[in-house]
Amino acid sequence: MAELSMESLTTQYFDVLKEIGNIGAGNATTALATMLQCKVDMKVPQVRMMEFKDVGALLGGEEQELAGAYLSVEGDITGSILFLVQKEVALHLVSKLMGGMGGDEFGEMERSAFKEISNIVTGSYLNALSTMTNMCIYPSIPDLAIDMAGAILSVPAIEFGIMGDKILLIQSQISDEIEMDGFFVMIPDMESYVKILRALGIPVED
Amino acid sequence: MEIKVGMADMNVCTSPDSIITLGLGSCVGVILYDPIAKICGMVHVMLPDSRAISNNSNVAKFADTGIESLLEKVVDAGAVKNRIVSKIAGGAQMFSANKQSPLLRVGENNVAAVKKKLSELNIRLLAEDTGADYGRTVVFYPETGEYLIRAIGKEPKVI
Repeated sequence: MAELSMESLTTQYFDVLKEIGNIGAGNATTALATMLQCKVDMKVPQVRMMEFKDVGALLGGEEQELAGAYLSVEGDITGSILFLVQKEVALHLVSKLMGGMGGDEFGEMERSAFKEISNIVTGSYLNALSTMTNMCIYPSIPDLAIDMAGAILSVPAIEFGIMGDKILLIQSQISDEIEMDGFFVMIPDMESYVKILRALGIPVED
Repeated sequence: MEIKVGMADMNVCTSPDSIITLGLGSCVGVILYDPIAKICGMVHVMLPDSRAISNNSNVAKFADTGIESLLEKVVDAGAVKNRIVSKIAGGAQMFSANKQSPLLRVGENNVAAVKKKLSELNIRLLAEDTGADYGRTVVFYPETGEYLIRAIGKEPKVI
């Protein structure tokens, strides 16, 4: 495969992500509303490309506690995805799902419930991508980490670090009684970038 | 003053200032330190090997080039090469499942690459707090040579 830098693919991929962000967030909102049995609103998602060092600030500082769900993806494309929310937001969603039974810390039940929510949300985005590209995409079960933003983000940053010095993420804002920021990071490997762009009819040089 | 080091970044610090990096995950915070001159430097490395990747212009991103370049910087700042010692922290595995994925084992690989480079350069590793599955905020004080490690839900420790 030809050597490609992330910067050269970024502009087109940026637009693709925006579209996936729009459709995916719409799907996710509907799914969450059904699952949590309440009204959920969303705002237009933002796609951001940032330097590694600036990512922490967007999420409330490097030491902000986040809940992150990490899934690897297989099928026509390979890579990984990460869904991130602030810890309080995760506990709020978990408590809703558990009918108010969730605690204020992450125990076994809460972790399991948050995994379920992460499945729904990431599934919504992957469905959008799969429908747009007509490709089969199979996510693994999610793996959780509840820790500092910087530490969790080091994982996708390292994966992006192999290709460049920036990270691409989709920021979606949803709200029920409270405003919630959810962040979604998709990290296809380099070969899969090309496949995604080709599947969407964007010419990529070999 | 507290000097900040970002991801894939490096900086030099002299007493009485301290040097900090927030939220280390699988990355490694490497300290090179001259205890007599009380001059130190920190590099926040993300990946083990610059030669494995074509896009390697940022030397601070890699264990091999990062440590070499940091050594030059602390020597330029007045540290004496044969007095320089090291302390390291980080290299956690943030997500536990899928251990066979080489990308998720990157913490372990980073720590191994850092140790290899230090021994190539004949720099003694005095202490480390590496591995496990949690993030760390680390602060180094060149005045005392103490490396303070903070993690969520854990007592701070000094190595």
